[in-house]
Amino acid sequence: MSQSGQAIELPITTDSTPEEKYSARQQKKAMRLQDAKTKLSSPWASGLAIIIAILWTIPTFGLLVTSFRPVSDIQNSGWWTFFANPGFTIDNYSNALSNSAGGLGNFFLNSFVIVLPAVVIPITLALLAAYAFAWIDFKGRDAIFVAIFALQIVPLQVALIPLQTLFVNAGLQNSFWPVWIAHTIFGMPLAIFLLHNFMKEVPRSIVEAARVDGAGHVKIFFVVLMPLLIPAIAAFGIFQFLWVWNDLLVATVFAPSPNLRPITAAIAELSGSKGSQWELLSAGAFISIIVPLAVFIGLQRYFVRGLLAGGVKG
Amino acid sequence: MDWFLQPTSVTDKLLVMVVAIVLFVAIMGLILWAIDRPKVPTWVVVTGFVGPVLAALAVGLLWPAIKTAIQSFQVSQAVLGPNGKPVIDRTTGQRSSELVFSLDNYSRVFSDAGFQKVLINTALWVLLVPILATAIGLIYAVLVDRTRFEKFAKALVFLPMAISMVGASIIWKFVYEYRQAGSPQIGLANQLLVWLGLEPYQFLITEPWNTFFLIIVMIWIQAGFAMTVLSAAIKAVPDDIIEAAQLDGATGFKLFRKVTVPTIRPAVVVVLTTIAMGTLKAFDVVRTMTGGQFGTSVVANEFYTQSFRQGQGGVGVGAALAVILFIIVIPVIAYNVRQMRLVEETR
Repeated sequence: MSQSGQAIELPITTDSTPEEKYSARQQKKAMRLQDAKTKLSSPWASGLAIIIAILWTIPTFGLLVTSFRPVSDIQNSGWWTFFANPGFTIDNYSNALSNSAGGLGNFFLNSFVIVLPAVVIPITLALLAAYAFAWIDFKGRDAIFVAIFALQIVPLQVALIPLQTLFVNAGLQNSFWPVWIAHTIFGMPLAIFLLHNFMKEVPRSIVEAARVDGAGHVKIFFVVLMPLLIPAIAAFGIFQFLWVWNDLLVATVFAPSPNLRPITAAIAELSGSKGSQWELLSAGAFISIIVPLAVFIGLQRYFVRGLLAGGVKG
Repeated sequence: MDWFLQPTSVTDKLLVMVVAIVLFVAIMGLILWAIDRPKVPTWVVVTGFVGPVLAALAVGLLWPAIKTAIQSFQVSQAVLGPNGKPVIDRTTGQRSSELVFSLDNYSRVFSDAGFQKVLINTALWVLLVPILATAIGLIYAVLVDRTRFEKFAKALVFLPMAISMVGASIIWKFVYEYRQAGSPQIGLANQLLVWLGLEPYQFLITEPWNTFFLIIVMIWIQAGFAMTVLSAAIKAVPDDIIEAAQLDGATGFKLFRKVTVPTIRPAVVVVLTTIAMGTLKAFDVVRTMTGGQFGTSVVANEFYTQSFRQGQGGVGVGAALAVILFIIVIPVIAYNVRQMRLVEETR
């Protein structure tokens, strides 16, 4: 969002020279910083911020520490004793990945196989549709767009059983196809909405100029718009990736067999059947978390951008 | 063709994945190639761009939703012959049944004590999670705004967003882990109680408070989302408004309450509705932590239990639950569409 930059410039009249503008801006910045300092020097405020930060970090940290402790330690003492009495092992991870109880390696592969088409296909389809909604004039365009936006809010639950019947009738059950198709359909309304927002931000003149040069819609889409939309595509790609990788509902309904089950469903299952084996659960949880976390941390900037495009408009 | 429908080995799985993507690209390429000629009427071009999406949404979302709505008004009833006795199907030897229109599924949901509990729990979730997550997100965003550690501090709270709800549930199940009094606690929450000289507590089992302990998990997940969006909104508040208020003598908390909050109200509303929608539909936390037992079930979870665990009898009730879910979000849809229209107008 470039709004913060604009906001700083707002009160400055347009007829001032660039230098004046610059110094006025500096002054303002300094003032606001000072203001922030006076506001936050209150020990109560900092204390509250630190408490929230701790509450949001400790639970994960505790489980992470646990995942590296030997089984006997986990069962007989809290993870916080680790620092007084350290014992380190990676057995939990190798057990969770390979042994018969967990065997998460296979589910990890399933997650990977599910996630790639379930990200590529909806984004491509949504990009094309968003292009049409943004740059082609046709009858009923606004009505259809609003209808798609509204579909975004239909709870998935409403569609599950009829869809399952459909897949069974088509002979697709017990394969990855229902999961891919379901994720494609369920992800599309939001994808179209967000990508349309980005697409509208491309200056009209660029598209018009291409049109005057005789470029058709397909050419405008690929040659003119695609390069400008890379950040948006990345943003939504991360969205869809996290959503598919972290999904439990679609997977439990459409990929119930152990052969297809993704890692989230496997962990949920583990939690039900081996609820007290924290050495398996903690390591398993981190194996399932590691990929989305890496994607998220690496591409955080884009993710936040995508979030804000849908979030704070208006 | 086994690998295509029932892949078992690693190579088969990867192969079918690649084939799916290639197939998709080929089909889309064909469509685009077909419409990309001079003098093609606009409707053909539009169909090429929007058609696949509309078809998918119609078949995969609209039609199922209608079908579920119809299902929710149907119950299976034995066919009675002229003599008033159930007709036996000769081929299968079973009683024949037919689907008849009925409000039974809904009356069951609203009258049965168990389902009433589910509805009350859902109401608690949908009220508490958005309000508390937004409040915490907003307070935190203000507190860390323009501090030296802003980026790092925000990342800490935002991180749970990337973790799956299943992962978050495991993390919190461990916090709530219960051991009998006297034995060493391994869950942090109970250890804190013990340190305070209290008895350890069955956080996930003791009704009715267990619902609130599950709600805390969802708040923990969602606060980061609220914080990020609201932080951006706060940064976008124009300086002149702040300065004018400061000239009028507003400082600190008063400035926040009288100027910042009203200015970012649209963002707050969007955050509240988004979280409310997410909360209403989510079933992961309840499913993973308690499986809906001990009086913690919510509509989204009960839907799954009824539809996929209770056999034929549950499908109608499940459908009714899904429709109830949908009806609760209709006001949200209406509000969001209106909001979007307003934004479009100001563009």
